Amino acid sequence: MLDLSLLPDGGVSWLDASGEHAGIVLSTRIRLARNLEGFAFPGRARDGERLRVLSRVREAMDAIPSMRSHLLVRVDNIGNEERLLLHERHLVSKELAGLDPQHPVRSGAAVFLGDGMGVMVNEEDHLRLQTLRSGFALSDAFADIERIDGELGARVPFAYHEEFGFLTSCPTNTGTGMRASVLIHLPGLVLTKEIGKTLAGLQQMGLTYRGLYGEGSEVVGNFFQISNQTTLGRPEEEIIDQLMYVLRTVISREEDARRVLLRDAGYIIEDKLWRAYGTLRYARSLSFEEAMNYLSGVRLAVGLKLISGLSVYTLNKLLIFSQSAHLAHAEGKALTESEANLVRARYVRQLLADETGTNG
Amino acid sequence: MLCDNCKERDSVVTLTTSDAQGVTELHLCERCAAERGIETQMAAPKQPLTDFILAVQKQLPATLLESSRCSFCSGTLRDFKNTGRLGCAYCYQTFESSLRDLLRRVHGNSRHAGKRYQPPQPAVAEDATVLSELRDRLRRAVEQEQFEEAARLRDQIKVME
Repeated sequence: MLDLSLLPDGGVSWLDASGEHAGIVLSTRIRLARNLEGFAFPGRARDGERLRVLSRVREAMDAIPSMRSHLLVRVDNIGNEERLLLHERHLVSKELAGLDPQHPVRSGAAVFLGDGMGVMVNEEDHLRLQTLRSGFALSDAFADIERIDGELGARVPFAYHEEFGFLTSCPTNTGTGMRASVLIHLPGLVLTKEIGKTLAGLQQMGLTYRGLYGEGSEVVGNFFQISNQTTLGRPEEEIIDQLMYVLRTVISREEDARRVLLRDAGYIIEDKLWRAYGTLRYARSLSFEEAMNYLSGVRLAVGLKLISGLSVYTLNKLLIFSQSAHLAHAEGKALTESEANLVRARYVRQLLADETGTNG
Repeated sequence: MLCDNCKERDSVVTLTTSDAQGVTELHLCERCAAERGIETQMAAPKQPLTDFILAVQKQLPATLLESSRCSFCSGTLRDFKNTGRLGCAYCYQTFESSLRDLLRRVHGNSRHAGKRYQPPQPAVAEDATVLSELRDRLRRAVEQEQFEEAARLRDQIKVME
């Protein structure tokens, strides 16, 4: 049975809202795609090859003092609910968890988990190294990933080409293999209808956006994951600097939009946000999408200082722990959708009541 | 050009989406684009991979898709076209010129400008590891009916054994 409490921080220290601009930016993530020389990529490799890749990586991790204590989860040996739980906690991708019908879970699929970092093995590429930080922290996340990449790359030979750089299964990742992304909450830009312009601007700058769960996921609750689009032709530092520069502009536009909302539509916004809060405090059944949308409103209300006594950390926790697999895990049994909606509403009421010291 | 949605304002954004029916381009004005952002129905802004695969299809005659085969993983460009993924690092050498073109389309550049990498000096390769890798390649070659390659690998294995 998978026990996530074995992780130093349950794998969710990035939720603690300690980073810069944590009210607007939930987290910063950087991942590097790497492959081992001498093995076919995971999609093409035979079972035995993938298992040998895993054992090579495991030996290397054991030899690195700072990574020796990492928790190894054999994703190919756990049940569907547990794989879903890891995915909901943003610790593994949909593909590694085998949740994508096109890619059932592969033999040798595994993840090494440490404090704010992880190494996925036998995903689309042999290795997906990633670091995760609370708030807007691109420089720190980059320093972390550089260290991990250096240490692992000195112990296992990565597939590398003088002209093309690091070689990856999908050519959209070739070169640096780096995707740096920031999970950002932009309700102000959405409500003032400025979001389309902002997103179009991102594209012109060579950036892209996705939903809460990365590639292929929809935007819910006004959460956008903004990242670099291309990986070849520019040094890593330049990609990070540009993302940082653009994100600072997006953050300041979001702040401006919030000021405009309060100035021009004060009572309408105030009413809307308090209604969102009221629903979360008293509803008896909540779908995940509903919860996300109301949470987006409450998060905005906290940011605008309309609601006090509620921490961003609690709101972040609600995002993760009110997902279906987490609710089922907490209840200790599988839940139908309507059961999950009841449990979700109860969980949200409880957490908000605990935080504000009242009963719901 | 007028917005495809409201047909009133000038379009400022082009949304490219692709599905089984092909690629659709939608020209939208700021307001309609913004509305799509809110409704969360907005397609991913750009789909480099889909563009990429379409480009492979367009550029290469059908014969070429099958004609060259990676000697390490037996993958062809057709496999790549079907899955959007290459089979192994050696595919980058086998299909070098096609890939250089396509990388340029996707990234606007085909030359890596990031971190330089020097792999660790290999310890004396253990025969057992090399042998099992050769056996994997042999099995793949047989599955793909690459009998010449299979015979070559079989001889190599015999020598090592």
